[in-house]
Amino acid sequence: MTQKNLVSIISSGLSKFGRLEGKCSREIFVEAAKEAFEKCPNLDPVKDIEALFIGHMGESFEHQGHTGPILADWAGLLPRPAIRIESACASSGVALRMGIMAILSGMYNIVMVGGVEKMTHRTTMDVTEFLTMASDFPFEQWNGITFPGLYALMATAHMHKYGTTEEQMARVAVKNHHNGALNPKAHIQKEITLEKVMSSRVIAWPLKLYDCSLISDGASCLILTNPNIAKTFTDIPVHIIGTGQASDTIGLYERDELTTLKAGRLAGREAYKMAQVTPKDLDIIEVHDCFTIAEIIAYEDLGLCKPGKGGNLIDQNVTNLNGEIPVNTSGGLKAKGHPVGATGTAQAYEIYLQLIGQAEKRQVSGAEIGLSYNVGGSGASATVHIFKRG
Amino acid sequence: MRRYTFLRGDNNMLEDSPFTIESFYKFLGERKLMATKCCKCETLFLPPRPMCTKCLSTNFNWVKLEGKGELISYTVIHFSTEQFQSKTPYIIGIVKLNAGLNLPGIIRDMNPKQIRVGMNLLVDFDTSIPLQWPQWPRYFFKLDTLSS
Ligand SMILES: [Zn+2]
Repeated sequence: MTQKNLVSIISSGLSKFGRLEGKCSREIFVEAAKEAFEKCPNLDPVKDIEALFIGHMGESFEHQGHTGPILADWAGLLPRPAIRIESACASSGVALRMGIMAILSGMYNIVMVGGVEKMTHRTTMDVTEFLTMASDFPFEQWNGITFPGLYALMATAHMHKYGTTEEQMARVAVKNHHNGALNPKAHIQKEITLEKVMSSRVIAWPLKLYDCSLISDGASCLILTNPNIAKTFTDIPVHIIGTGQASDTIGLYERDELTTLKAGRLAGREAYKMAQVTPKDLDIIEVHDCFTIAEIIAYEDLGLCKPGKGGNLIDQNVTNLNGEIPVNTSGGLKAKGHPVGATGTAQAYEIYLQLIGQAEKRQVSGAEIGLSYNVGGSGASATVHIFKRG
Repeated sequence: MRRYTFLRGDNNMLEDSPFTIESFYKFLGERKLMATKCCKCETLFLPPRPMCTKCLSTNFNWVKLEGKGELISYTVIHFSTEQFQSKTPYIIGIVKLNAGLNLPGIIRDMNPKQIRVGMNLLVDFDTSIPLQWPQWPRYFFKLDTLSS
């Protein structure tokens, strides 16, 4: 197989992430859509965009389902077909993949993909409850296992098997908050210290408050085209050259290994093969750090290091902004925020900015190839995308 | 492990109980930890499934498990959902049963400081039925003092 541009990104938008008081998801999505439209004056959205693929996880947050047509309407795209995709926290990573497939099918030349979630108006207990719905009900939820609890089970197993430490996990938080402090759209733009993470209250041991990503409001979107027409709209398109997705059991307990996400490994393998690249070729990566342990496991599952060595990468600053392979330059889910349905395309937004050289204070110079890794739930869904500067 | 045979005529569930999650929980109410075994490829399932995901057969037998196993991971939950918050902090573990199947659940009567991966635990039963849906009895883990 030779490397092929599957689709091209010609523009992208991201709302401010954070506590967006008084705004509901459709209004937040307009903020992202407007940025994408304004950045691409050659595009006539109403005429040119042929379909919309939207990641949105939960009806419970706003008592609102059927999000696809709502967002098509509010973005001025009626009567274009709009499809809402639910894959827990991987909803918009999967929406991106659906958009790619829609263009590759030949049915459309230009589509919008994106995602949205409104969460902060709910209590933390309500949010915990709603997110838990993306885990197994009859055995996990029934026994009082929360999402932090599921990742804590992975963390304990990783610590036991490989000697990974709470301090290594805490360093992931410190790194991502450093990056988030450089991102004007991040939910929290403040550095934190290792001591602060280590002394924060326990949520699900060994995970503490600062090991957990943020409950945020936000929206993100990308405009994709057939690569043949991308230059009509922009001088610097970014091509998507690989996509992968895999599924695993809904129950974490049903898996042979608790220290790796098999769906993530398989999605990565598929995307690397399609893109004809190896981990060594990557200049920047956005991974799904819903909890700090998830970033360490992601290093291993994406092949940046051997299984069990993820903690070493963080110790040796390999994934820092000025490291060998910067990971989560946006601040990640940890500091930029995690409006669950918006996260997959928000990761792609960061890679896009980096590859076109517009990531400002956090720009990785000369970045040419990037990867985004979006995980749903405790790993029952995973998607990987690989991007290349055009 | 032995094949579990049910006697017709007593009050116990019958061996033709449907291979469902509900049946699993009904058996728990009789203090039985039941898995299913595929008649064709002998794969064990917990929870039971209507179709074997290894060979696609739909023929199974119920198998009673001993309920003993080894802790493979754990966490102590300090912040939870409304339903469980009053129980915090509580310990959750995943136990690899001797039959090779994993089961997650609450570990009762254990000091978090004493818990360690690899310890021997035993399934026990709480046969009181909650009022909310679904009305299932519960199982939990406790220290297996004989094997420890
Ligand atoms: Zn079978």
